[in-house]
Amino acid sequence: MNIVSIVDYGMCNLDSVARAVEECGGKAIITNKSDEIDRANRIILPGVGAFPDAMKNIRIRSLDKILGEQVIEKKIPVLGICLGMQMMATMGCEGQSTEGLGWIPGRVIRLEPFEDDSRIPHIGWNEVHPARPSILFAGIDPGKDFYFVHSYHFCPDYEEDILAKTPYGKGFVSAIQRSSIFGVQFHPEKSQRIGFQLIKNFLSI
Amino acid sequence: MPTKIRVLPTLLFKDVGLIKGVRFDSWRRVGSAMQAVKVYNMREVDELVFLDIAATKEARSPDYAIVDELADECFMPMAVGGGIRNIEDVRHLLQVGADKVVINTAAVEIPELISQISRRFGSQCVVVSIDAKKMISGGYGVYTHAGTISTGIHPVDLAKNAEELGAGEILITSIDRDGTLSGYDIELTKEVCEAVSIPVIASGGAGCYEDMAELLRATGISAVAAASIFHFTQQTPLEAKRYLYERGFRVRL
Repeated sequence: MNIVSIVDYGMCNLDSVARAVEECGGKAIITNKSDEIDRANRIILPGVGAFPDAMKNIRIRSLDKILGEQVIEKKIPVLGICLGMQMMATMGCEGQSTEGLGWIPGRVIRLEPFEDDSRIPHIGWNEVHPARPSILFAGIDPGKDFYFVHSYHFCPDYEEDILAKTPYGKGFVSAIQRSSIFGVQFHPEKSQRIGFQLIKNFLSI
Repeated sequence: MPTKIRVLPTLLFKDVGLIKGVRFDSWRRVGSAMQAVKVYNMREVDELVFLDIAATKEARSPDYAIVDELADECFMPMAVGGGIRNIEDVRHLLQVGADKVVINTAAVEIPELISQISRRFGSQCVVVSIDAKKMISGGYGVYTHAGTISTGIHPVDLAKNAEELGAGEILITSIDRDGTLSGYDIELTKEVCEAVSIPVIASGGAGCYEDMAELLRATGISAVAAASIFHFTQQTPLEAKRYLYERGFRVRL
């Protein structure tokens, strides 16, 4: 069985991610301890909240160093969810400029309203269209709806890191991948059956 | 493209005072809420709104134990409200599994709470709920404490102020229409919707699917919430979405 460490950096609602992982057949451990993260063979970086606070919380717990070792050196598969995906960027521009984990080159910027009345925050169900085949979206039809709730989005520097897009406002990148590093802007743990399929895919990598 | 229209069942809890301290009754109440959550989970509804409308009147905190129980069965987004007075209440609710919090009386009495929640947990986390009634003098007025105390504030002013302070969504409820199954208050919803650029959820009065379609044609709302229609009639959120889809609205099916 896959042991999944769900990284606890004080930004709440880890419970729903843990329950979703267990429903999908993984063993979930909510933790910020390096030995527990070290023992897991999957990492989920969840997150709700503001980018600067989140990065501050990551750094004061030295989680940036621990996670860097697991993800970059040992290539343990990691899935960032929402703010967890955004933190993988080089830089976040929420309120002030804040340095991110820098695993996937890019910036996190505010969603822009568009002429068709795309209200911000983007809250609700929307389509996810994969840009290329990936194990993460195996068995999930292109254009399926996932649950979103966010005001900022990840702008990768390189086209090849884009895994999926969503047609909201001018359109934005809703999933990224660089080797074993995955990030999704939506909440698979709140996207019912289709979200669970994605989590199962992540566990099966 | 705009987002898809959400159809949200609302679960309301009241009359807690009548059974307060009687564990057996209390559990029975939770039991039925749990049943509703399980059914809605199975039917894959878009989102659930859970409001404890007696908490503020009784000056008590949200019932974290109940929310915790419900959240364990809820693999869909869940907004929770009732009795929230400070950032610690919010932190606790998010910790037991709420995805968003809904504040109503506190939005009027302690508006700075909106900015505190927004700064700490993000604006998407805070839904400001506005209960409004048509005044005899014309226009609308906001009521707090589950519709029992008149504030003299216009719902549009409260909505604008809430957006300014960092609210992520507005839930506008017509007290006049609530539970009547006679259709949404289109005028009220439209006024609020045009005043802000954050998503607006309309509530109060839905009696049939056409009420939802009519509101959507007339306003720019992002979601329709309803309770009685799903509790007391055979109509379901999924059928509502099929109805809306057939009339050209974007929904998740």
